[in-house]
Amino acid sequence: MAQYLALTYTADVDWWAPEQADELAEYRRFGVEFADQVTASAVLHPTSTATVVRVEGARGGPVVTTDGPYAETKEALTGYYLIEAEDLEEAVRVAAEIPAAWGGAVEVRPVIVAK
Amino acid sequence: MNERYDVVGETVRIEGARILATLIRTVGDVQLAEDAVQEATLAALGAWPVTGVPPEPRAWLTVTARRKAIDIIRREQARTGKERDGADLIELTKREVESDAVVQDDLLRLIFTCCHPSLSPPTRVALALRTLCGLSPAQIAGVLLTTEVATTKRLVRARQKIAAARIPYRVPAEAELPERLPAVCAVIHSLYTAGHAPTEGEAAYDVDLCAEAIRLAELLHSLLPDQPTPTAILALLLLTEARRPARVDDAGEVVTLDLQDRSLWDQDLIGRGVALLNDSLERSARQADAYQLQAAIAAEHARVPSYTATDWREIVRLYDLLVEVAPSPAAELARVVAIAETGAVDTALKLLDEIPSSSRRHAVRGELLARRSRYAEAADELQQALDTAAPNHPERPHRERRRNHFRNLAEHPRNYPPTT
Repeated sequence: MAQYLALTYTADVDWWAPEQADELAEYRRFGVEFADQVTASAVLHPTSTATVVRVEGARGGPVVTTDGPYAETKEALTGYYLIEAEDLEEAVRVAAEIPAAWGGAVEVRPVIVAK
Repeated sequence: MNERYDVVGETVRIEGARILATLIRTVGDVQLAEDAVQEATLAALGAWPVTGVPPEPRAWLTVTARRKAIDIIRREQARTGKERDGADLIELTKREVESDAVVQDDLLRLIFTCCHPSLSPPTRVALALRTLCGLSPAQIAGVLLTTEVATTKRLVRARQKIAAARIPYRVPAEAELPERLPAVCAVIHSLYTAGHAPTEGEAAYDVDLCAEAIRLAELLHSLLPDQPTPTAILALLLLTEARRPARVDDAGEVVTLDLQDRSLWDQDLIGRGVALLNDSLERSARQADAYQLQAAIAAEHARVPSYTATDWREIVRLYDLLVEVAPSPAAELARVVAIAETGAVDTALKLLDEIPSSSRRHAVRGELLARRSRYAEAADELQQALDTAAPNHPERPHRERRRNHFRNLAEHPRNYPPTT
């Protein structure tokens, strides 16, 4: 078995807003249906709540934080699913069931697993 | 002739793909398998010219490649201290050569892995040339008009992705084939096209891409004889290849279809192409696909004795279908040319306006304007066609001649009968 991180890129919305309820329900349905293969997942607050952290120079250097969206794009990182699958084809089959796949895009990345 | 392309080199290269296909399955690692086959190949190229080709070159190469793989695995273990699954090594010490059935299955695995939809189309082409055709990164760079460094990087990334993302080494299920085969056929088709119409430069490497593409098409068809798409792509390539002797004149210039000496067309290839096309059409329940339609167009041209005898209405009908199932500027341009050949030049000129501008569109527009005796505009279009094409575009001399011809007609209208 291999692990894949499926990153969802969609419109940068506030998932707690009442108008997102129907779509959020779709995601929950996915989570229930693929509970055996999804080992972790999260939905993120919008990018306006993000803080970008950098340390200048080397470790221990001054911490510089920047507010807000790191980059202004049409589609933002809005969540992730950690998926267990036999191979890429199976991972793609699962990722294609995440609502973000038709509302935006899902990036499937293999996870390095320490041997 | 390039030394690589003598008999020994050719045997080694063709056998290499078969051996690689099985070795990848055995060791589960494209890079390792490629390195082992590469070392075995070098050993053969070093030994065979001296000792002569062994009675069973395939067995010799297979056993040598397995030994090289064991060497590489041992070296790797010594370097990293990591133990590898012992089963691999036992499998590699076998002395028998796999049966044809096993190798054919492995070749299919290799084909579908190289042409996997999760790899970008240019990567699929490069991988196919490397693993299935056994070309070096330098040769691949030469035929794909890129640099050796870029090709090597692309191949390394592809192997890393196959390994890290676990692109399976597997033949798709029967039900998945219709979905997966177009990508495979697209690789073969783009190889042939790249070989057939080099847009710049002399072939820097002695590689006949058309022959490689046909070899792959033959292989795919022999592995999946019941599938209509591989049958259609082979038909298309053979029908196109049949015209190749007439496509270039003694001076090396491209001869357009209307001026080709049809007695040079290879009737054996045409016969096989037509038979394959019919077989492909019989096997497909669905509407004809792009390869079947392109093959049908080529067959329609091959059927008639001369350009003037062409059934242009039938050609237009086929292009109508092609533009519907696989719209592309190239197909639309060809359709417009066919429409003009039925006599509807004004309709064709109007349709041209809807096609995105390109060097070829300028050339076509010039020819159509000339038929309406608008020679000054025609010469101007040909000039634009020349300006927007690569410096050594194969049709450049032809277009220059046409431009000069139209210019003369524009400047001295009475000296020339308006027969164009």
